Amino acid sequence: MTNTIIWTVVILSLLGLVLALMLFFIAKKFRVEEDPRIDEVEKVMPGANCGGCGFAGCRAFADAAVKAPNLDSQFCPVGGNEVMKKVAAILGYEIQEKAPQVAVVRCNGSCENRPRTNEYDGAASCRIKAALYSGDTLCPFGCLGCGDCVAACQFGALSMDPETGLPVVDESKCTACGSCVKACPKHIIELRNKGPRGMRMFVSCVNKDKGPVAKKACAAACIGCGLCAKTCTHDAITVTDNVAYIDFTKCKLCRECEAVCPTGAIHGVNFPKPLDREGIKKRIADRKAKAAELAAAAKEAEKKEVTNG
Amino acid sequence: MGGVHPNDSKLARECRIETLPLPPVVYVSMAQHLGAPAKPVVTVGDFVKVGQVIAEPGGFISAYVHSPVSGTVKSIGPRKDLAGNFQTHVEIAVEGDVWMDGIDRSDKLVKEIPEDREEILKKIQMGGVVGLGGATFPAHVKLNPPAGKVAECLILNGTECEPFLTSDHRIMLERPREILVGAAIMQKVLGGCRCVVGIEENKPEAIAAMRAALSELGFPDMSVQVLKKKYPQGGEKQLIDAVMHRQVRSGGLPIDVGAVVQNVGTSLAVYEAVQKNKPLITNVLTVTGDDVPVSMQHNYLFRIGMPLSYIIGVAGGRPQQAAKIISGGPMMGKAISNLEATTVKGTSAILYLSEDQTRRQEAGYCIRCGRCADACPMGLEPFLLYRLTRVADLDGLEKNAVQDCIECGCCLYSCPANIPLLDYIRQSKGQVLGIIRSRNVKK
Repeated sequence: MTNTIIWTVVILSLLGLVLALMLFFIAKKFRVEEDPRIDEVEKVMPGANCGGCGFAGCRAFADAAVKAPNLDSQFCPVGGNEVMKKVAAILGYEIQEKAPQVAVVRCNGSCENRPRTNEYDGAASCRIKAALYSGDTLCPFGCLGCGDCVAACQFGALSMDPETGLPVVDESKCTACGSCVKACPKHIIELRNKGPRGMRMFVSCVNKDKGPVAKKACAAACIGCGLCAKTCTHDAITVTDNVAYIDFTKCKLCRECEAVCPTGAIHGVNFPKPLDREGIKKRIADRKAKAAELAAAAKEAEKKEVTNG
Repeated sequence: MGGVHPNDSKLARECRIETLPLPPVVYVSMAQHLGAPAKPVVTVGDFVKVGQVIAEPGGFISAYVHSPVSGTVKSIGPRKDLAGNFQTHVEIAVEGDVWMDGIDRSDKLVKEIPEDREEILKKIQMGGVVGLGGATFPAHVKLNPPAGKVAECLILNGTECEPFLTSDHRIMLERPREILVGAAIMQKVLGGCRCVVGIEENKPEAIAAMRAALSELGFPDMSVQVLKKKYPQGGEKQLIDAVMHRQVRSGGLPIDVGAVVQNVGTSLAVYEAVQKNKPLITNVLTVTGDDVPVSMQHNYLFRIGMPLSYIIGVAGGRPQQAAKIISGGPMMGKAISNLEATTVKGTSAILYLSEDQTRRQEAGYCIRCGRCADACPMGLEPFLLYRLTRVADLDGLEKNAVQDCIECGCCLYSCPANIPLLDYIRQSKGQVLGIIRSRNVKK
C-alpha cells in the first residue's frame, strides 16, 4: 500500500519534470520575437475593441501602428487626438490633429412630420424591414425606426425617442466609432465634425425624391429647391439628386441657410442663441441690395467708358 | 420531407375565368422577371400595338416585354412597385384594341408542333415567356440545358399548393388541351423526354379534365400523377422528390438530376407564344380572401401593367374587413404597401386577409421543440439558422446551408413561440448568397 503511493508520487514527479524541461526548451527554441512597443501602444489604447479604426481590435491597431511607416492612415476615433498623441510619442512619429467628430442622424421624419401609411409587424430590424419594402411611410429614404443603430452602439450613445420614433445621439457619449453608420441600411447617419463648442449645421434629410413628392411624404423633407445653396456665401452647400448637403469643412456657421430653408430641413445645433430668422433675412436682403447697387454702378461706369471712348 | 398542412381555402374554385375590361392607362414594369431589368426600346409619343416589343432583355438572364394594350407611350420613368421600391415603368394611354399582325386570337387548337427546335426556342424567347410559378425565371434559359446535361423528365407543376389560389386550377379546367400541347412543345425542345403533370389530390376536377384532354389528344410519354396535398408540394425540389424520387444536392439545379419543372401557366404561355404568336401579355389571377362575399371572388384574365387598385375596383372594391392585401398566396405572397402598383407577368392573386388571420402574436423564446425543423421541407434547422443570424455568424450559416432555404414559410407557420424565423433567415440567406457569388467571381 505505502509502496504504491510512493511509486505513484515518484513517477508523476519525474514525468512532470521531464515535460517541464521539454516545454522550457521548446519555448526557448521557438520563441516568437514581438516588438515590445505593441504592448506599450496597446496599454494607452482605450480598450473598447469597437473596430471604429477599421482594425479587428485595439491590439490589431497597435500591431499595425508599430509596423506602419507613419500614422497618417490610422486614427482611433474613440481615444481621439489625446490617445493618438500618446501613441505617436511611444513610436516617435508625428501626427496631424483631427477635428473631433460626432454621429448625426439626417432624418427628421417624426410621426408628426411624416405620417405612417401602413403598419409593419415583421421582425424588429431595420435591415430586414429595408429588404422587405420601402417602409411604413411614403418616404423610401428615411429612418425605419427599428433601432439597428441603437443595437450597434457599444457606448450607449444612441437611444430611440418614443415620441418621434427617431434615434437620438448623446453627444457626450458618442465616440464617432462609426458602428451606427455601418448598421443603418438607409445610410442616414453620418459622422460630421463636432464644430466649435459643438455648434454645427446639417441637412436633416436624405430624400432624393422631387420636391412635391418629398413634401407630400414628409413635412420636414428637403425639397431640393436650392435656396440654401444660392444664399450660402461660403460655397459650402451643394444640391445633388434633389437633396442639399452642407460640407462641414467649409461651413462658417452663419445660419443663413437655416433661416431661408422653406421646410426647416436644415438644422443648427448647440448655438447659444435661438435663430433670429428675421434679422438674418434682413441681412441677406441688405447684402443683395448692396450687390445689386454695386452691379448697377459698375454697369453705369462701363457705359460711361464706352461713350467716352 | 417536412411540410405543413394549412387549410386550403380554395374559395374561388368555382368562379370561371373572366376577362378584365381595359383600364384607361397601364404602367408596364421593366422588372417583371428574375435577372436584369429589361431596357425600353420605345420613346415617349410612340404609338404601340398589342403585342409589340417595348423592351429588350437587359442581360443573358432577362426577358422581352411586350405592350399589353394599344395606345400612346406617355412616359418612361421610375414608379413605385408593390413594395414601394422604384422600378422603371412605361406608361401607355389606352386607345382602342389594335393587335399586331400575325397574332392568332381565335380559340382554335393548333396541334401541329413546329419541327425546328431552335425556331421554337426563339419564339419562346421572343414571346417574353417566363416561369409563372412564382420565380418568373426566363423560360428559354431553363428549356435550354447546358451541354452535357440531359433532361429525362419534364414535370408540369399543377399542384398549386398555396392556400386560396385557384388560377392554375381554373386554367387546367378550362384550357387543358392548350396546356398539354404546350407541354408537348417543351418535350420536343428538351429532346423528347417524358412528361408528368403533377396535381394535388384536392383538385379532382382538374385531374379529371387533364386526364380527359390527354386521352383525347393521345400524346405518348405523358401522364397525370396525383400528389398528396401538402404545402409546399409545388416547390421545385419537393416536386422532383415526389415525382421522380430524386433529391437535388445543395447548390445544384434540377437539371443535375435530369428534371425540368415548369408551371401549367408557363405551359399555356409557351403554347400561345409558339402556336399563336401571342407573347406573354396576359395571365390569370385570383381575387379572393377569407370572409369575402362570393360576389367579390373572381378569377380574372388580366393584361400586365393594370394597376392593382383598378382590378380591386372592378372586383367590387376593397372589402371592409381586409386588414392586409397580399399579392400572391398567404404563405409566400408579399403584402402590398402601394395599391397603385401594377400587375406583372407573375402576379397570381390579390388576397384580402382579415385582422384575425394576419395579426402577428408577440414573439416568445425558442424552447427547442424542433417543430420548425420537422416542418422544413429542405431539411434545415430554422431555429439554429435564426440564432446564427442574430449573432451574425455567416460561416456557421453557410455550413448549415442557409442558402438552400426556399423561403416557403413553414418554419414560421409552425413555430409555437411566434418567432419571425423566416424574416431573419431570408436576411442572412441574402448575405450568404452574396458572399458565395463574390467568391465564385474571384475564382
